[in-house]
Amino acid sequence: MDPIILNSTLWIGGIGLVSAVALAIAEKYLSTPEDPRIGKVTELLPGANCGGCGFAGCADYARAIVTQDAECNQCAPGGAASATAIAAFLGRTVAALEKRSALVLCCGDDTEATRRADYNGINDCAAAQATAGGDKGCTYGCLGYGTCARVCPVNAISVVNGLARVDKDKCIACGKCVAACPRKIIRLVPADAGIHVLCSSKDKGPAVKKVCGTGCIGCRICTKFADGAIAMDGFLAVVDYSKPLTNEETIAKCPAHCIRKA
Amino acid sequence: MNQHSLMNTTPSPFTFSGGIHPSYNKGLSSGSPIRELPLPARLVVPLSQHLGAPAKPIVQIGDSVKAGQLIAGQNGFISAPAHAPASGKVAALEETLTASGRTCGAVVIETSGPQEWQLLPPLPDWRAADKKDLAARIGEAGVVGMGGAGFPTRVKLSPPADKPIDTVILNGAECEPYLTSDHRMMLEYAKEIRAGAEIIRHILGAKSLRVAIEDNKPDAIEAMEKAFQEVDGDVAVTVLRTSYPQGSEKQQIYSVTGREVPRGGLPMDVGCVVENVSTAYAVYDAVVNGRPLVRRVISVTGDAVAQPSNLLAPCGTLYSDLVAACGGLRGKAAKVISGGPMMGFAVSSLNVPTGKTASGLLLLSASKVSCYTSQACISCGRCVEACPMRLAPAELSQCIEADDIEGAEQVALMDCIECGSCAFVCPAHRPLVHHMRRAKAIVMAKRAAAKK
Repeated sequence: MDPIILNSTLWIGGIGLVSAVALAIAEKYLSTPEDPRIGKVTELLPGANCGGCGFAGCADYARAIVTQDAECNQCAPGGAASATAIAAFLGRTVAALEKRSALVLCCGDDTEATRRADYNGINDCAAAQATAGGDKGCTYGCLGYGTCARVCPVNAISVVNGLARVDKDKCIACGKCVAACPRKIIRLVPADAGIHVLCSSKDKGPAVKKVCGTGCIGCRICTKFADGAIAMDGFLAVVDYSKPLTNEETIAKCPAHCIRKA
Repeated sequence: MNQHSLMNTTPSPFTFSGGIHPSYNKGLSSGSPIRELPLPARLVVPLSQHLGAPAKPIVQIGDSVKAGQLIAGQNGFISAPAHAPASGKVAALEETLTASGRTCGAVVIETSGPQEWQLLPPLPDWRAADKKDLAARIGEAGVVGMGGAGFPTRVKLSPPADKPIDTVILNGAECEPYLTSDHRMMLEYAKEIRAGAEIIRHILGAKSLRVAIEDNKPDAIEAMEKAFQEVDGDVAVTVLRTSYPQGSEKQQIYSVTGREVPRGGLPMDVGCVVENVSTAYAVYDAVVNGRPLVRRVISVTGDAVAQPSNLLAPCGTLYSDLVAACGGLRGKAAKVISGGPMMGFAVSSLNVPTGKTASGLLLLSASKVSCYTSQACISCGRCVEACPMRLAPAELSQCIEADDIEGAEQVALMDCIECGSCAFVCPAHRPLVHHMRRAKAIVMAKRAAAKK
């Protein structure tokens, strides 16, 4: 056999052997014991690593639950199932977790809303917003360049006809889209809420009508049918999600058709 | 060049690396003398016409104001007050869209009646006046850098004691294509500009005064030579090689003096202060006549405007009024830019007011506008060659596209001056400056949040 091959095999094998022994000794004498519950709790979490709980992934959240007494109901993808499982495992009580989902508060797609300029820049809402205040006629509405869709970890957002829409079934309410939207028109709402005011424009009625066929004109008709669940913020009707809004007459009576089921 | 000249006219001894040579298209409006815009019926005076905190309004709806009257006070150290550009009545205090695409507060004035001025006390013998008083006056008159950034001039003229200024550079480069307002100012108001420059030099106690002009404006060079002949001391016109961006502060300091402003530093770190020629005029007007900065010359030009002109317009004039005064549109304007084509902001409406920094309004027809689809970087390195700050725009833009803003910061993102040279030469039509602006805004927001 060629001595080079023999030499190198012996050397590399030898180094490997010495390292393995060193590692085995280190494992035995230098290891720090980790709370075994952390691994178990990590297994009970869904492993999406979305960061929606506010910690750096599932393992970090599990560590926070075990060692820092963090609430165990912060995981949106895991929902009530993982929260109760963790609580049972750790012998704690758990407050009910309300399932929420993100909602884009705009329904002015490219058929209904005007664009006042042709935007030929980077395909990103923040970049469009920084160019002459965005190309959409309405200064509040969804720009439709999909910044929210790109940050969504579960692909729950799609842009259809210049308007971002959230798929409620896929949404895990991690809140990344809420933070990414430069116009701040995405909100986390209770997932079982069925009726929404899909407009964010605070402009007066005539100004809204000029730029959008389906924007809130501030007529206040909906407030009469909403049993207090819709309040006016200036010229914009806003749903108060702490109260139930079930009266479908609000949808029928809205002259701007911006109260919709979603 | 001029045989009567007593002072030196020298070609610039240095020149910055990089830069580009776009078509300058200045002939459209460089021959038309400055004309005063007929007073518009409605002025929308933005409270943020400068860098720094917006001014605080001190008038109420319904108040009568005189031209030159203070309507909004200075709000902090880096800030400037705003004055009424004409007499009339305050009709509203509202939000307005500005040329940069942001909204800011504005005082709406309905002009009426005979125009009465309320001036500050004139200081014709400024040579005898206290330097601090002169700087305070310039601040009181709301003078800001009129080249584009709008940095309050008062701040520039009050450098800390450990930063002595030995050179004042008067910036008449006007390197942006199409724009001619500074060029016309130098031809028509040479004496006033000289007086303003002398006041600036006097306040700073600087030894040298340099007038920097690109060599594509020989008539302006001659006018400045003539005007500055009787000025004492070390005065010279420095003729710059025509190259974009010669008018940029850091590049110009290098071209004129060979000094390099350190990273993150200011011109005062190398003993220089650069002031635009229009700013020098405003300084003269504020000190000698006591008139606050309420109007400026703006070039309304481009191939989609009937008569390209240089208009003396009150700050707060709506762009639609400027276009109307130039005979309206010729054909259809496909793109409207506030400022020059390289660094200006595209605007989406003519219902936007001018400000102290608005040097131009550019209206371009569809044939002059290119709509590109950007492609992947081919690593040709042309942007690196063109960058006057010696950055690597290709690398920067790739970091930013990958949302690695911190990585971009490490390769000197914040040193970008957004001159647009890289995007101009990019064969893949990449929107490089757009990337930089977006990323810089993110970094600035992060830094502001960290400060709070």
